[in-house]
Order: sequence, then structure tokens, then C-alpha cells
Amino acid sequence: MTTDAAPTGGPLAKILTPSRASGLRTSATTLASSLLAVLIALTISAALLALTGKNPIDAYSTIIQTGASANKLLEMMRRATPLIFSAVAVAVGFKMNIFNIGVQGQYLFAALIAAEAGSHLGLPLPIHIAVIMIVAVVAGAAWASIAAYLKVSKNVHEVISTIMLNYVALSVIQWLFENFFRDDRDGGLNVKTTLLPDSARMPDIVDGRLNGMFIVALIVVAIFWLVVYKSTFGFKLRASGFNATAASTAGISARKMTVIALLISGGVSGFVALQSVMGEAFAYGPNATPTEFGFAGIAVALLGRNHPIGIVVSALLFGFLDSTSAELQLALVPNSIVKVIQAIIVLTVVIVNEATIRRMNIRTAERARAELAAGGAS
Amino acid sequence: MSTHTSSQDGQRPLAVQLSGIGKRFPGVIANHDVALTVREGTIHAIVGENGAGKSTLMKTLYGMQQPDTGTITVNGEMQHFRSPSDAIAAGIGMVHQHFMLADNLTVLENIILGSEPNRRGVLDLKSAREQITSIMASVGADLDLDIPVSELGVGERQRVEIVKVLFRGARILILDEPTAVLVPEEVDELFATLHRLVEDGATVIFISHKLDEVLKVSDDITVMRQGTTVAETRPDAIDRSGLAELMVGSELPSPAGRSTPVGTAIRLDIAKLTVEGKEGRPAVEDVSLRIHSGEILGIAGVEGNGQFELCTALLGITESTGNVTVDGRDVTDESTRARYEAGLAYIPFDRHREGLMLTAPLWENALLGREDDVDFQRGPFVNAATARQSTTEIIQRFGVLTPSETTPAFALSGGNQQKLVVGRALVTSPSVLIAAHPTRGIDVGAQAAVWDEIRSARDNGMAVLLVSADLEELLGLSDTIAVMFDGRITATLNPDDITAAELGSYMTGAVQEATK
Ligand SMILES: Nc1ncnc2c1ncn2[C@@H]1O[C@H](COP(=O)(O)OP(=O)(O)OP(=O)(O)O)[C@@H](O)[C@H]1O
Ligand SMILES: [Mg+2]
Repeated sequence: MTTDAAPTGGPLAKILTPSRASGLRTSATTLASSLLAVLIALTISAALLALTGKNPIDAYSTIIQTGASANKLLEMMRRATPLIFSAVAVAVGFKMNIFNIGVQGQYLFAALIAAEAGSHLGLPLPIHIAVIMIVAVVAGAAWASIAAYLKVSKNVHEVISTIMLNYVALSVIQWLFENFFRDDRDGGLNVKTTLLPDSARMPDIVDGRLNGMFIVALIVVAIFWLVVYKSTFGFKLRASGFNATAASTAGISARKMTVIALLISGGVSGFVALQSVMGEAFAYGPNATPTEFGFAGIAVALLGRNHPIGIVVSALLFGFLDSTSAELQLALVPNSIVKVIQAIIVLTVVIVNEATIRRMNIRTAERARAELAAGGAS
Repeated sequence: MSTHTSSQDGQRPLAVQLSGIGKRFPGVIANHDVALTVREGTIHAIVGENGAGKSTLMKTLYGMQQPDTGTITVNGEMQHFRSPSDAIAAGIGMVHQHFMLADNLTVLENIILGSEPNRRGVLDLKSAREQITSIMASVGADLDLDIPVSELGVGERQRVEIVKVLFRGARILILDEPTAVLVPEEVDELFATLHRLVEDGATVIFISHKLDEVLKVSDDITVMRQGTTVAETRPDAIDRSGLAELMVGSELPSPAGRSTPVGTAIRLDIAKLTVEGKEGRPAVEDVSLRIHSGEILGIAGVEGNGQFELCTALLGITESTGNVTVDGRDVTDESTRARYEAGLAYIPFDRHREGLMLTAPLWENALLGREDDVDFQRGPFVNAATARQSTTEIIQRFGVLTPSETTPAFALSGGNQQKLVVGRALVTSPSVLIAAHPTRGIDVGAQAAVWDEIRSARDNGMAVLLVSADLEELLGLSDTIAVMFDGRITATLNPDDITAAELGSYMTGAVQEATK
């Protein structure tokens, strides 16, 4: 505890729960600081490119030109979709200072179970899809429940348990897949679960470019906003994040909230790979199902400050950067520069946020000084 | 305004001179036109209502925030502090109302933390220890340097803070409400320490709402009202009520006596309550108490004798054995929330740690704990309109000084935060109120108002378990006083039969007796 009137919380808490001192001005500043972080990251990356003998201007103009076409914008949305789910999953936990690093394990486990279950069912189209989603949510939550159990009954910190469970998940998935779910009927060229029937395939919004999961992602974001910011449950969740001791003193059970937050987080994780499972590969496969969205989600949630709109915008930005990598390669720029830019963005977000909070305090003081000088003191 | 410029003392050089200090926060003028002069080698008290701007001024002097206008002169030199380290370099140290010690570190480690002595980059514990020992000798503090701070009581922790500040070379000490958490005996020890410091030429500035002690120990008194300094006086020139009048601008209301008899219904029944403590010694041992409707049971004791564990065990926050019955309902195995629903309410010991979400708006703070009440729900959603309405009512009824109900809690002065926490507990019309230091940090005027609120709820049948370090409050409000020492109830007393001094000796364990 510091002084009479200083907000509590460690440095991490400060980053995760932006000061709400003066509503609008704060959100504007938050937005500005995120933008600043992106600009700084682009500058640093330009320097890195120059250092490695590539022309940064060429690289950036390639990136921008590719983004100009409608197809690329669709690709941006497609790539943003799993990031949105993953970031929402992370943000639910962040809201009560729970760090779910295990989104990766949760969504891969969910993808396997949902793909396998979906291939055995015969249901009409919308119902079949809905059932697969439900199975995925339940499976993701089930995997996360292990971490929840370890946290409340064995007091194992969720950062440790969810990281470890990522590795466990990979082994469990491999074992399940190899022993039970692998379907080699197509001659074993494409190692996957049994292909989903047509009734389980997510319809495209734009043929072959973007499927319905993007809409689902936006719906999930809206629900996230309602639940976290508007519902009584969300109030308890945020209260536990603001001040865990005060929340439990007020009778909000920390254990219960921890369990529920982890389960919701895991449940949302279940959506992450469905774009691929239901809309692209129509199955789960070790090579077909993307594995990188767990950690990317943490980055997107950080850049978006766990805010619904922030998350969507950040996911689109990351999706956009990802969508340019093919062209970058053609332009003989190493496409790993995209990952470098993303990593630097996240680092700068954390640093710039601290700096803006300080600047904002100075500005408030200056404004007040001006008002006082103008004769406001009475 | 009564000012002294007597010849011998008036000649002392000024340790601190603040002039024209102004400081604004969004929607609030916390300080304006402040003029403060502190003579070297004196104890200087600052008094004023909640929200008068005392803490703000001291944080400015300590470099925690920069003033919008005005100048700071320390020992004749104009200063522009950009951070506390600048102030420390100028010989200023501050002990905050909420201590900042690391529980798991030893006393020695806590003292040197932040200004680690080194010889060529190597931590020099030996010379630190010598230096600290001599500082302790000079202020008459007797601390074991090698035990963890977690084993210390509040009074001792405060002494560690003071030694820490002195170790950093402070010659001007600021103490923000240092006596709020202390029982009278500890207060005496603190002032003995401060007197020694002053005799050595140091200067002490302290904030207090306890006017008696202000009159007893200070050399000069500055009164603040509504953000500015309104009077400067000395203890020999004024009395308690005069001082209160200067602070609030009107006379103190006199406390009303008891008009209704204690009821017969048992509202809170505690049977053989025991809470495990550290190292196998129970924190609360075999406590049995009964509180009737309309009764206030005061718990007297030095902080750290099991009061906190007792209260949190009653709320089901701390694990315990034994039985707790609220209004005839056995809540022993119930959750904290269920106990509140059974009729308990709680004013916490530490408003920051247990009571508030500092960065959240006031209305969310006032909602905390009541969010399951259907009045504040609209289906699965929070009914922000009714929650804000209810907060506005608390703000008005308890005189919380704030621009609006959407102001974040950290922007309120300490006393105003306390009023909100008290209001939140009382508006639920509980049948049993567990009140820990309900008026801690609240100014004399508002204190009387809070007491009136508690009394009128009591007259309507509320039972109160009152924990307080303020003996005036304990003796004035309680119908029965139970003394808690070392986790046990060591005496049950009638407040009409004893004096504050007698009560003090019970609290320190000097006298132990079953009943009187
Ligand atoms: N960080 C802040 N942001 C906005 N307003 C603030 C801030 N700190 C203090 N204030 C406001 O400045 C005023 C003076 O507060 P301050 O804490 O100095 O009062 P105080 O005299 O110490 O009162 P108390 O006796 O209750 O501790 C109050 O109205 C308070 O709400
Ligand atoms: Mg204060």
C-alpha cells in the first residue's frame, strides 16, 4: 500500500487496467498510445531492415500496396478471425488478473474433439454447425478446467499450469489422434480426422475468401462486452481484478470467480481453430490446423488493452501484417519482418503506456496551472 | 487569526516555508493560496476537515506531486522538487498513513531498502547496522532488527518507518495521521520519540484529527479549510472547541445520550470461536460473545491482538472453529455472501485493502457487495441508474466530499473514502454491524455525524460489534466493553465504571480480570 490516494496494483496490473480517471480523455489517450506504439515499432523495424541491408521503404510500400486491394482486405479479416477469439479468451482472464497462457492447448484440444465429434454426426446445416461450436466450447473449457482445479485446490499459479498444460495438450492430442481419430482413407497423404460432412461446413461470406466465422467472432466480441462491462457477473469479475481482497471481503468468492473466468476463457478458446476446422480443412490435422494463435492472442489483447473494440482493431492490424508476408517474400524481403514488427509492437505498447500515463499527469497539471493563472482560484 | 511572533522563539530559522501553493485536480481545487511556515526544531500540527487539502499539501512538500502555483522554501533555499528523491535529498522524509513496509523482509532490510549502503558497490550491512542502532538509541526506539516485519504490531511498524526516514537523513519529518491506528499508550511512545527528535534539532510536521493530542504535543498549529490555510495558532492560545470551530467554521454538535434500552433478542451469538494463528498459537482463542438488539459491544485492545481475525472469521473470510449465529440463523458453514444476506454488514479495518477499488468510480465502489440485490439489477445486467442513485444518496447522507458519483475512489481524501465505506455498510440496514475503526481518519465534525448514524440504527434495533483504537469512541458508544488481549477476551467491563486510563491498562495486559 502506498499513500492515501494512490491506486494500488503492480506494474502489470497498471498496464492491464488502464486508469479510468477521466473517461473519454483516457480512452483517447489509450488509443493514441497504442497508435504511437505501432509507429515506434514500424520505425524500429525499419532500422532493423536497413541494418540487414534491405530497403525499408521498399518493404513498407510493398506492405501498403498489397493492402490496397479488396482481396487483401478480405484476407486481413480472415486472418484476424482466430486472433479475435484468442484475444477475447485472454482478455476475459486479464480482466480479473488471471493470465491464461494456455489458449493454445485449449483450442487445439477443442479443435480435435470438435472435428471428430462433428464427423460422426448427421444433422441439418445450421444445427450441425452449432453443435460443433458447442462441443468446441465445452472441450476448451474442459481443458482449462484442469488449470482451474490446480489453481483453487492446489494453489498452482495459472501461468505455470497453463504453460505446462500446453505441452501436455500437444501430447494428449497426438496420442488421441494417432490412436483413435486418424483417418487414412484418402491414402494417408493428408493426415487428418475424418472429413466433415457438408452440413458441418461453415458457409462463406465471400466465396473462397472469408467464411462465417468472422461474423461469429464479432458476435463473440459483442457478448464479451456485454458480459464483462454490463452484467452483474462481469462486475464481480472486474471487482476481483480491481482489488481481490476487497472483492472477497464483499463476499465475491475468489475461487468461484477464478474457476468461472478460466472456464469462460477456455470456452472462448474453443472457437479459435473452428475457422480452419469448419471452413478450410474441414477436419483436424496436425499439419492442417494452425498452432500459433495462442501467443498471438496475448499480443492482440495487450495491444487492444483488453477492450472489445481495441481487440478487433488490433486483430485486424495483425491480420493485415500477416496477409502481406507472401508479397514480402516475392519482393525478397524476409517475411519474418512481420513477426518482428508484431513483437516490437507488443513491447512498445507496454513501455509507451507507462510513459503516456506520466505525460497525462503532467498535462493535467499544466492545464490546471493555466486555469489558475487565469484567475480560477476562488 | 491569532499569530505569535514572540521574540525568543520567533527568532528560530524557518525549516519550511510554503507560500501561494495551489494544486488542482479535475473538478477540485485541492489547495489554493496556502501559506505555511514551520519553525526549525518544532512540532507543527496541521488540522482541518476531511478534504481540506492536508495530505495534498504534504505530498507536494514531499515531491510526490508538483504544485500548480507557489513556492517551496526549505531551510531558506527555494526548491523545485520533481520527485520524493529530490525532497529526501533536501532532508525531508514522510511517513504515510498506510505503511509501505515489505512484510516478509526483516526490520533491517526494510530500513535500508531503497538507500542501500554500499562500499564500492558491495552492500555494507555492518555499517548500516551500526548507523541504525545509533539512530534508534537517539530516538529511544528498541527494535529487533533481525525479525521479519510481519511479526511487528502497528506501533512498532510505525517506528520502523520513522527510523527508515531518519536513516535516509531526514531532518524534517512529515507524518500523515500517524496516531489514527495507535492506542493511547502507543501514541505516548510516539510523541516521546518525536520530542527527542525535536530536541536534537529536527522538525516534525504532523496531520491529525485528534484535537486533544494536537493541543498536547504541538508547538504550532496550522488550520486548513477548503483547500487553504485559514489560521495559525498555538496550544496555549486556544482550546479544543475553539480549534474545532476554526476547522469546521461552526461549533461541535454535542453527542446525544442513549434513549432506548438494550433489547432482549440476541442478534449475534459467537460461541467458542477459535482461529488458528502463526506458529501454532491461535490468533483468536475460544471467544464467546453475545450481542443483543440495540446493543453496542466494544472490543478494546491494541491492534494485532486478534480483532482482525475475529471480525473476518465472523464474516467467513478467515477460517475458524466454533459457532456463529446471526439473528437466530446458524451461519457457521455459510459463505461470506450468505452471512451478509443473513444480516451482517462490515466496515473494514483498512479501507484501501479490504474496502475499495481505488481506480473504479464511486458508484461501482458503493455497489460492491450489493450487486446481487435485485434493486441494482436489470435481468442479468447491472442497473447503473439505480446504483448511481443509491450512491448519490450515500454521498449526501454521509457528506462525502466529491465532484460526482463517477469520480474514481482514489481521488477522494482519506476521510471521504472512509465516509463512503461507512455509508455503504449502513444503507443496507443490517441487523448486525461489524464496525472496525468506523471513524478512522474522519474529522471531528463528520465523526459526530457517523456516531449519530450508528446510534440511530442502534435505536432501531441494530447490534454493533465495535472495534476501535479511539477510547473516547469506545467509551462513548459502547454498552459493554470486552477487552481483547492475545486472542482472548480478558475482561468484560461496563463503560460507565471505568476511565480511559484504566481501560488502557487492561488493553496492554497489565491488568487481567474475568469480569467487573
Ligand atoms: N489524485 C487526486 N485526484 C483528484 N482529486 C484529488 C486527488 N487527491 C486529492 N484530491 C482531492 O483534493 C481534495 C483534498 O484532498 P486531501 O487528500 O488533501 O484532503 P485531506 O485534508 O488530507 O483530507 P482527509 O482528512 O480526509 O485525509 C479532496 O477534495 C480530494 O478529493
Ligand atoms: Mg489526508
